[in-house]
Amino acid sequence: MAMPLESPITFSNVGKSKWWQRGIFASQTGYVLLALAVLLVIMHFASPYFFTEGNMQNVAKNFSFVAIATLGVTFVIITGGIDLSVGSMMCFSAIITSMVMTELSTPGGFGASLFVHMAADGKTVVANIPGLILLVSVLAGLLVALLVGLVNGFCIAMLGLSPFVTTLGMLSIVRGLCYVVTNGRGSFPGGPDADYFYALTSGDVFGLPVPFIYLVILALTMAVVLHHTSFGRHVFALGGNEKAAELTGIPVVRVKIEVYVICALAAGLQGIIISGWLGSAPANMATSYELNVIAAAVIGGANLAGGIGGPLGAIVGCVLLEVIRNGLVLAQVSSYWQQALVGVIIILAVLVDRIRSRMI
Amino acid sequence: MANAETASADATPILELQGIGKEFGAIRALHDVDLQVRPGEVIGLMGDNGAGKSTLVKIIAGNFRPTHGEIRFGGNAVHFNRPIDARAVGIEVVYQDLALADNLTAAANVFLGRELKRKFGPIALLDHKAMASRALELFGELRSETRPDDLVKQMSGGQRQAVAIARTRLSNARLVMMDEPTAAISVRQVEQVLGLIHRLKEQGVAVMLISHRMPDVFAVCDRVVVMRRGEKRADKPIHQTSPEEVTALITGAKEAA
Ligand SMILES: Nc1ncnc2c1ncn2[C@@H]1O[C@H](COP(=O)(O)OP(=O)(O)O)[C@@H](O)[C@H]1O
Ligand SMILES: [Mg+2]
Repeated sequence: MAMPLESPITFSNVGKSKWWQRGIFASQTGYVLLALAVLLVIMHFASPYFFTEGNMQNVAKNFSFVAIATLGVTFVIITGGIDLSVGSMMCFSAIITSMVMTELSTPGGFGASLFVHMAADGKTVVANIPGLILLVSVLAGLLVALLVGLVNGFCIAMLGLSPFVTTLGMLSIVRGLCYVVTNGRGSFPGGPDADYFYALTSGDVFGLPVPFIYLVILALTMAVVLHHTSFGRHVFALGGNEKAAELTGIPVVRVKIEVYVICALAAGLQGIIISGWLGSAPANMATSYELNVIAAAVIGGANLAGGIGGPLGAIVGCVLLEVIRNGLVLAQVSSYWQQALVGVIIILAVLVDRIRSRMI
Repeated sequence: MANAETASADATPILELQGIGKEFGAIRALHDVDLQVRPGEVIGLMGDNGAGKSTLVKIIAGNFRPTHGEIRFGGNAVHFNRPIDARAVGIEVVYQDLALADNLTAAANVFLGRELKRKFGPIALLDHKAMASRALELFGELRSETRPDDLVKQMSGGQRQAVAIARTRLSNARLVMMDEPTAAISVRQVEQVLGLIHRLKEQGVAVMLISHRMPDVFAVCDRVVVMRRGEKRADKPIHQTSPEEVTALITGAKEAA
């Protein structure tokens, strides 16, 4: 009965899957990346203007404007959830950041005496510590995002409400708050730190738009977190089989709350960056962006059923959408068609994935 | 076989149940159940639907608290409030649906919730290599041809069982309870699962197997326990009974043995 435990096990009846059947090659992200490469080649021949430095910077900047939020929502999608409130959250964080920045920079404003004083000429406002106002106001913007994320997470993980309904409600609540706190007028960054703000949100470093640099750093961080930490492992487990995750003792409630908070923070940061580029935070800013963000994540291979997704896919999805948009502009196709085409691409990407997984 | 039995009969029980009863409101799911399980012993737990098998397993696993009676494990009285309490003393359950995450690898599933990590300053990163090699070792002990890096999604039923059972080996469980492990798999894979149960037995682990399949129970179990309407109706060494008698006990054609 007893077999010698030392004898090596042989894999007689189970073949190892081939390299093209594993990892990125077998994923939706892989072939969407391939489609993107083909598209770039076509664009190169179709328009001599496409690969110019100016246009490339434009593309890089534009997709960075949604990609950071897409990274965040990808966390939620991997757990099998959804967050429809990202567009509203972008706006809310941007508004709060601008409001706090302006308030702290206005002599006589709430708490302003701690941060600014009047110069000798009696007209110029001077920061006591340059950059401090910017830091505080960005933290304030991220803090409100964190609170909204906590409420989302609490309702979904602790009260057991559906993510779709909870975040749909939150979309409306937060957008409403954007109008309420600014009386519908939105807000504007101002004060002595405004120039730093513009530099840090819409400037360039070595010819690269700064949002693009943030994106690369955050995407690399996300890759490490997802694939090399227990938290990341638990995020995937939750999307793969929530009951199993629970039975193995994973703190399911905590992980769920954490992904909604991460998503909210990413959206908040994204909104703050967009408002720096716009130079204002109108109350209707980023309206319906949640659709672009979720579309990009899904095109890039995140599965709404949960368990699959990653930063590369999120970025590839955003780039693909932006290149197509850019191509349509260069080809002078009406911008009305862009919206319709995005929908077609979403369905195509998911359809191709379905056909591919049937073939293997 | 006979030798193994006398040896285990002498050993002190790892699990002892005394007068276990459980009521859900007016429903009496279990009544006055006594049971002893020794290290390395494989017990077949049989009974019709609603007989109380799952409730008994859940009480031992810490999902429910018994309304009456006492549980002793390893000689000490134990009171489990949550499944983690039971796991902490060495009781593991292999669930019917196996509780595996399909989108993760075999090794990731084995270590789910107790990942091995390496510290890099303030951050702890997963130690993929250590987990893969430990998982391969466990699959080797179970004689299962399962690769640590393969996704569970691509695996056969037998391999999935091996992954679920390897989880219990990781924690050095002393009692493993399996709820219908052979219900949804092919005949060849049933062989594999029964093999896995033999491996556990060889390593001194006590196994409680819930099954409706008479051939499986008679192939691997040392003892069969029959439940009916929440009561234990029979508790016999496997060679002193027969499939016919067990069937009669399950259906109630024979009251007790
Ligand atoms: N959580 C529960 N609440 C109420 N009644 C239950 C619960 N779990 C089991 N029961 C009842 O206890 C009895 C035994 O069920 P169970 O242990 O699942 O039987 P088995 O696993 O042998 O089919 C059944 O009558 C069942 O309806
Ligand atoms: Mg049952």
